[in-house]
Amino acid sequence: MASGFSILVDTSKCTACRGCQVACKQWNQLPGVETKNVGSYENPQDLSFDTYKVVRYSEGINPGGKPYWNFFSEQCRHCLSPGCMEASEKDEIVVDEKTGAVLFTSKTKDLDFKATLEGCPYNIPRQDPKTKVMAKCTMCVDRISAGMIPACVKSCPTGAMAFGERTAILESCKKRVEDLKKTFPQAQAINPDDVRVIYIVTDDPKKYWKLAAGK
Amino acid sequence: MNVTRREFLVLTGSVGVGVALSTLGLDLGPVKAFADELKTDKLKNTKQSTTICPYCGVGCGLLCSTDVKTGNIINIEGDPDHPINEGALCAKGAALFQTSSNNPNRLKGVLYRAPGSDKWEEKSWDWALSEIAKRVKATRDKYFIEKNDKGQTVNRVEAIAHVGSAAMDNEELWPLQAMMRALGLVYIEHQARLCHSSTVPALAESFGRGAMTNHWIDLRNSDCILVMGSNAAANHPISMKWVQKAKDNGAKLISVDPRFTQTSARADYYAPMRSGTDIAFLGGMIKYIIDNQRYFKDYVVDYTNASFVVGDKYDFNDGLFSGYNKEKRAYDKSTWAYKKDEKGNILRDETLQNPRCVFQLLSKHYSRYTPEKVSEITGTPVPDLLKVYEMYSETGVRDKAGTIMYAMGWTQHTVGVQNIRTMSMIQLLLGNIGIAGGGVNAMRGESNVQGSTDHALLFHILPGYLKTPNATQQTLKDYNEQSTPKSTDPRSVNWWSNYPKYSVSLLKAMWGDKASPENDFAYGWLPKLDPGQDCSWLNLFEAMYDGKIKGFFAWGQNPACSGANAHKVRKALAKLDWLVNVNIFDNETGSFWKGPGEDPKSIKTEVFMLPCASSVEKEGSITNSGRWAQWRYAAAAPPGDAKPDGDILFELMRKIQGLYKAGGKFPAPIVNLKWDYANDKGHFDPHKAGKQINGYFLKDTEVQGKKFKKGDLVPAFPFLQADGSTSCGCWIYSGSYTGDGNMMARRKKDDPTGLGLYPQWSWCWPVNRRILYNRASVDKNGVPFNPKRPVLAWSDGKWVGDVPDGPAPPLSDEKNGKYPFIMTAEGFGRLFGPGLNDGPFPEHYEPLECPLSKNPLSSQYNNPAIKIFGGEMDKHVTCDPRFPFVATTFRLTEHWQTGIMTRWQPWLIEAQPQMFVEISEELAKMRGIANGEKVKVSSARGELECVAMVTARFRPLKLGEITVHQVGMPWCFGWTVPKNGGDSSNLLTPNVGDANTMIPESKAFMVNITKA
Repeated sequence: MASGFSILVDTSKCTACRGCQVACKQWNQLPGVETKNVGSYENPQDLSFDTYKVVRYSEGINPGGKPYWNFFSEQCRHCLSPGCMEASEKDEIVVDEKTGAVLFTSKTKDLDFKATLEGCPYNIPRQDPKTKVMAKCTMCVDRISAGMIPACVKSCPTGAMAFGERTAILESCKKRVEDLKKTFPQAQAINPDDVRVIYIVTDDPKKYWKLAAGK
Repeated sequence: MNVTRREFLVLTGSVGVGVALSTLGLDLGPVKAFADELKTDKLKNTKQSTTICPYCGVGCGLLCSTDVKTGNIINIEGDPDHPINEGALCAKGAALFQTSSNNPNRLKGVLYRAPGSDKWEEKSWDWALSEIAKRVKATRDKYFIEKNDKGQTVNRVEAIAHVGSAAMDNEELWPLQAMMRALGLVYIEHQARLCHSSTVPALAESFGRGAMTNHWIDLRNSDCILVMGSNAAANHPISMKWVQKAKDNGAKLISVDPRFTQTSARADYYAPMRSGTDIAFLGGMIKYIIDNQRYFKDYVVDYTNASFVVGDKYDFNDGLFSGYNKEKRAYDKSTWAYKKDEKGNILRDETLQNPRCVFQLLSKHYSRYTPEKVSEITGTPVPDLLKVYEMYSETGVRDKAGTIMYAMGWTQHTVGVQNIRTMSMIQLLLGNIGIAGGGVNAMRGESNVQGSTDHALLFHILPGYLKTPNATQQTLKDYNEQSTPKSTDPRSVNWWSNYPKYSVSLLKAMWGDKASPENDFAYGWLPKLDPGQDCSWLNLFEAMYDGKIKGFFAWGQNPACSGANAHKVRKALAKLDWLVNVNIFDNETGSFWKGPGEDPKSIKTEVFMLPCASSVEKEGSITNSGRWAQWRYAAAAPPGDAKPDGDILFELMRKIQGLYKAGGKFPAPIVNLKWDYANDKGHFDPHKAGKQINGYFLKDTEVQGKKFKKGDLVPAFPFLQADGSTSCGCWIYSGSYTGDGNMMARRKKDDPTGLGLYPQWSWCWPVNRRILYNRASVDKNGVPFNPKRPVLAWSDGKWVGDVPDGPAPPLSDEKNGKYPFIMTAEGFGRLFGPGLNDGPFPEHYEPLECPLSKNPLSSQYNNPAIKIFGGEMDKHVTCDPRFPFVATTFRLTEHWQTGIMTRWQPWLIEAQPQMFVEISEELAKMRGIANGEKVKVSSARGELECVAMVTARFRPLKLGEITVHQVGMPWCFGWTVPKNGGDSSNLLTPNVGDANTMIPESKAFMVNITKA
């Protein structure tokens, strides 16, 4: 496979405007789901067949005594060796060669959902309870193929999300982490060698989202 | 502008992060496998058009894709060519698709609710507009006031009121205000009263104009950005694009807020504070700047009134300025006058040593604001104060820029104007006004609230910030003379000396040929206020509650949720005879008669609900916070019978004119109103209105050596005349639609200064000047203070860079040089502001409702110049154990204003579905409240149930020995939708206003919280 594409999610620049979360719904014409406020800004509460992207909110007090509020725009990582595919026998789940996008086809209805989900370190795949078809982020492979960048990346105002050829993304990721380390010694990229959607965090990944770095 | 498909692909393919994308023409093998029909294929059959986002004041661009066969919009996303957002969108912008006819919740037909009825009836436009016209005429004729108590002619109508709207286009707003004024209305108000009314006098008193000084992209040029009184990341999300750019260049971001917000999360430094104590916080900064000589001395001496000597009558003692009248709760401002010589020139001491000079008085005034005292008031720990003061005041050197981003956190207080004044003074001390990356950035919260303010949907002004005439000004001559400031100093431009040119051109725009020298240019047709008469928002609803207002237009606005003390607003609506509500969705105002606790049978108000077009269904311009007027286009037809506001108001006024042609009270201003905005199909034509706003030459003439023909569009306001030979609807917009075309529709991205001014993108008032007061960015010789970011430079006898703020040569030119602040009569920025109602220097007073039994700084507890309502619905309590917690309100990224445009949208309501209150962990523990539990929040005025959000982002504050808890609530919810979404936090807020503009104090009041 060519090196394909990657998305860099630099949480140090994220403002939780949730443009990405809604842009994903808009482009994919996914329905809004009914939600409740359970004491957090985070909503919907989880990914679903109708929600490919959710901004996770996490807060607490830093050692200096001041609060922190971390935002983690969660989506499929488009792994280089996708665990979800292990349960796939034919072309229920495919990898697009040019982009590297991991794609769920309508044939996923024939797959064992539990096994597919367990194969994913990040708990991403979701199933339509009626049709049994599974869904998740497509990396906007349709847009990419038409010369457009993914909807979420395009919507991002601050450069917290960037899209590009994987080699270039890896390079800018490395540079950004080095820069951030000057201020945040714990700054790191999460599993950059294993995933195409690479998150940069400035603190313990668990302070962002329990599965930020996988199970 | 229509983008061709080819351009569209190129546009959307651009990548903003410097990583190249080279995949055009990928084969779609596996891609086809996961979707039956690709949206990218559908897009091939669409037409693209550009639009500007209808929500906050940032003014982001979007691309609408409309299916050419069905006429339906199938996709809306960011416009990558737009220089402000470069394709980016926040949650609201990204959901714009759901404001279009794709949303089944849109209002599609005219609805009518009869007196006492419990249901809507569907009606036709013709029936509704005819009936409304009849009611307008009947009410107007019955209650018309020809003369006031003193026998002066006033020709006004107080029995009909109008509010709205910052959501309309400029080309609709100008005719709307013309129509309401022709009818004689004086209760003309809208959102601007509630959001930034305090900004306008604060900035105008400080610098001369009442608008955001710089613009969004310019944030990137800053070295230190203070975000205080706002949460830009949530409420002006795309501004953070340019904040982040500044940070990438090494700038520091400071967040000062009662609550740790999305902005705080990205800040280099965060400091907490008690809501309502900003003057104390910033007054301490002034003291720090003076004590540590952090001010930019040349700038302070040359460009501010620091050297002006103040007259002997001025005094300040224990919280009160000289001239206070306790009974009237008002000051005699003449005691704050400057000292003048026998020729009328203000005395100056450029050494700044005279104990009566502004600088020394300033220094003395703020000497009391020690860090310890400030901390006792604000609750901000002293080290945090000092750190913020130190970081920000580092910009007080010639090659550094500091800027402020503020919004409702400063404006909505009884000291709202003075909050903004304090920061304006800091910016003058540090030399941060007029420069790139500096300024006072009043972040407007509605897409066209700048335009609706400019076009004066406000009782106290006429378009272009002209003054509403009062009853003592019976002739145009009196009005002009009293409205035109004088200066004896030949070096002061005193631009407002042109006032009569703008007032006469406005009258010509309103009444055309019917305004002639013989009839005083129809000046008598304008309604006159009594001197001191205040028809602002809170007084409007007071009058409505008292039954004095019979008919009411709520146009593109939802006062049942947006007004402070909303219970009173809702009760007031029930006292009306008739209500006209124009909106794209059902809302709490139009449906108030079936709201919680209401008995429709007992409510006699007739309601007309008129469905209007959304922002992507009509053509026209809106003006963003940075004063850019940007044109947008119709991408689709409105659903059902809905039609553009322009058509609604145009047709309604035609009907009213028709009725008055047959007679009625004082018909002249109505039947003679110039109302020729129809295109050849009979529809409202925004281009015609846009040209009217810009202005015409009305006869062949020569001005400043240039020849013009009758019917030519005026190129810019310096060409306007006071003799009736020009018309101009709003002088500051003169130049927006000229012989060269519609300047607001421009999309060229040349950036000759490299500062991101984009002078050929859209058009910006005044005269396309992108940074106001830019003449203060250079020294007396015209050399830029900061050679790295020159906004202007005097080079070979001319100015190079932005459009200079006044064309005169720099000050070192002894003969022709002029002072840089051309809109103040003196020509200087004002550290001392003698024109405001509550003092020339900002002073800390406690909010009307506060947790302290006394003001730690003086014996004067609250702002001594505010009006306090005393009716049965006007309760307020302070330091009351029943309401022990300081409350504030805020907005969410996902909802806009009262939420009436966003709560009907599934994508946004799923992200923020219900009313909540943020409380600290300590407060939750004290009250036994768990996160996510239902709680009851109550104030002296009402209560509501909502979800408790227990958070580490609110911390109790120590005020000396006292611990103060603060809570915060969004104000975007209401009872109509969604079910179980909760109601408006404005049920709790107090109806008390600022001393200058009566903006309600929604940002600091007292509440209690208990488990529900």
